Amino acid sequence: MSAVKVFVSCDSAALAVGADEVADAVIAQCAARGLEVELIRNSSRGLFWLEPLVEVATPAGRIGYGPVADDDVPSLLDAGLLRGGAHARCVGLVEELHYLQRQQRLTFARMGITAPLSLTDYEAHGGWTGLHAALAINADSIWQQVLDSGLRGRGGAAFPAGIKWRTVAQAQAEQKYVVCNADEGDSGTFADRMVLEGDPYMLIEGMTIAALATGATQGYVYIRSEYPLAFKVFSEAIRNARAAGFLGPNILGSGKSFALEARLGAGSYVCGEETAMLESLEGKRGIVRAKPPLPALAGLFGKPTVINNVLTFAAVPRIMERGVDFYKSYGVGRSAGTLPFQLAGNIQQGGLVELAFGVTLRELVFGFGGGTASGRPVKAVQVGGPLGSYLPESQWDIPLDYEAYAAIGAGLGHGGLVVHDDTSDLAGLARYAMEFCALESCGKCTPCRIGSTRGVEVIDKIVANCDRLPQVALLRDLCDTMVNGSLCAMGSMTPLPVLSALNHFPEDFGLSHEDHQVT
Amino acid sequence: MHAVVTEVLAERAHLPGALLPVLHGVQDALGHIPRETVPEIARALNLSRAEVHGVITYYHHFREQPAGRHVLQVCRAESCRAMGGEALHAHARAKLRCSGTQHSSADGAYTVESVYCLGLCASSPAVVLDGRLHARMTPARLDALLAGKSES
Ligand SMILES: Cc1cc2nc3c(=O)[nH]c(=O)nc-3n(C[C@H](O)[C@H](O)[C@H](O)COP(=O)(O)O)c2cc1C
Ligand code: SF4
Ligand code: FES
Repeated sequence: MSAVKVFVSCDSAALAVGADEVADAVIAQCAARGLEVELIRNSSRGLFWLEPLVEVATPAGRIGYGPVADDDVPSLLDAGLLRGGAHARCVGLVEELHYLQRQQRLTFARMGITAPLSLTDYEAHGGWTGLHAALAINADSIWQQVLDSGLRGRGGAAFPAGIKWRTVAQAQAEQKYVVCNADEGDSGTFADRMVLEGDPYMLIEGMTIAALATGATQGYVYIRSEYPLAFKVFSEAIRNARAAGFLGPNILGSGKSFALEARLGAGSYVCGEETAMLESLEGKRGIVRAKPPLPALAGLFGKPTVINNVLTFAAVPRIMERGVDFYKSYGVGRSAGTLPFQLAGNIQQGGLVELAFGVTLRELVFGFGGGTASGRPVKAVQVGGPLGSYLPESQWDIPLDYEAYAAIGAGLGHGGLVVHDDTSDLAGLARYAMEFCALESCGKCTPCRIGSTRGVEVIDKIVANCDRLPQVALLRDLCDTMVNGSLCAMGSMTPLPVLSALNHFPEDFGLSHEDHQVT
Repeated sequence: MHAVVTEVLAERAHLPGALLPVLHGVQDALGHIPRETVPEIARALNLSRAEVHGVITYYHHFREQPAGRHVLQVCRAESCRAMGGEALHAHARAKLRCSGTQHSSADGAYTVESVYCLGLCASSPAVVLDGRLHARMTPARLDALLAGKSES
């Protein structure tokens, strides 16, 4: 009998709960028992509450066990792990898990299935078909398809990717760049990290297609320093792709050239803002630039530059492969396609849920997430990272699409949802939002740099009941100044979590319902 | 120290926008970026010392002072807050006897730092101990990890 294939993830979130120890235990225990196994380290399915997840290939499909601790391994083998035997940790056929089965994985289709750095796996699971399709048409047709697909930037601002690409394509310059924003600073998000660590060739493919569309010959991926493993894996993927001819001076014999390099950030949230990122890539402090000029016309080193989020580039190969109509058949209105939602915080089944736009928060948090990890009632969900609003129950049935969220003064950001139970103090979280802004402000504008520090003080006074009602008025005023007087969203959107907390949870600030009416 | 800087510069100074890659190289090799290295870096990259210093101090990741023998980073961002991250941070500081605004334990063996999201938010709260990630952390599990360090 040939060796049985066993899969354990090498994603950071699996390693952080002991996946290496589990993999080692499987190998050691099988050796001790004379069982032949082939242990494969693959990407993660994004079912993080089940990590470390051990999957076994059986004739019926992959059977999963999770979460597994290293000392569970002997009992798993006793129960016939290698045949998919019954055990308390067994979750059955992984592909049939409700959580996965109900998803629409266009971008995350290979996740948890392939080994991240295997070019063979990538190709066997549909990799490079988008690149081949792009090489068969002219540059204008590429950006036109991206434009027609309705793909909007997944980094937060939701700007149509095709328009950006067209602007760069039509700019005249001897050098153009493609830059990928892999700074992923938002709490509650990890989809970019999963792509970098788990399916890096998909990002390389998407960026190469952007280079072909725009005439750029050099690309950079700016990865945050909090993701050292992603940096390492992605750098290796670049080397492999170049050696195999997918990158370099003559992409797949086409005569087209594109070089790619991964760069490491240095722990600055504001460097996720695109112009601060360009400054950082140029070797400077990450201070936000005034716009215009648009980066598409004068970006990195003053040259026309496409900047997109990891997930924006990662969506492109599928669009090129399956066509515009296929992609647009997902989503609602002007929110085309799918979004990899990320379920985080106090949630029972945290993980990655890729679905078409239009799903509701209630469906994600309860239908997928199973409610809170603590078992207590959900109090608020923050959508879209530290610059995102706190949503109370009355807003959980609004469809998650860009327009519907804009209509309630909220945003989807990068698709992260952080769930809070009824023990969370929203005044404390509002204070933290101001504190974070003060810590990360690039310092260019006064309302952001100074206003955020004032904001912390004012919230402290409100909570301590020093002159409470006037201080509430002051806080609103301050937020108004930040919204109107800030150059970038760091200063202008920090008021979103602050004011949503204040408006929906006034009691946490010590305000009675009557107080709240008058402020 | 000089040899390290020279080597990093030889390897990276030619890169466009080389300063961050150079600073990473120096810090990875030496654990921090000693002040004495700034003039050489500035000269090689054709920058002023003030520019190099400005960049080092702007970014949270770069340190000018050596850290303790062990570095514990505790995530302070929203998702971890929702799962007891703040109590965990307070526990770590108390346990390692970091007082006031100090980030180092009384004996200097530990540096306790705040980080803002490690991308492990589906398994919060999360910490990094000497470069290793740990999620679903509790004060008791943290104590066990720290006990393992002091034995080694
Ligand atoms: C303070 C701040 C932080 C940001 N952080 C990120 C980030 O981590 N990742 C990201 O893709 N975009 C981030 N953005 C948005 C970028 O400025 C930019 O809109 C995005 O990279 C464009 O790519 P997209 O069109 O594909 O979304 C941030 C913006 C601001 C103001
Ligand atoms: S709003 Fe804040 S982060 Fe943005 S440019 Fe102004 S000071 Fe910098
Ligand atoms: S908020 Fe702590 S890991 Fe993301």
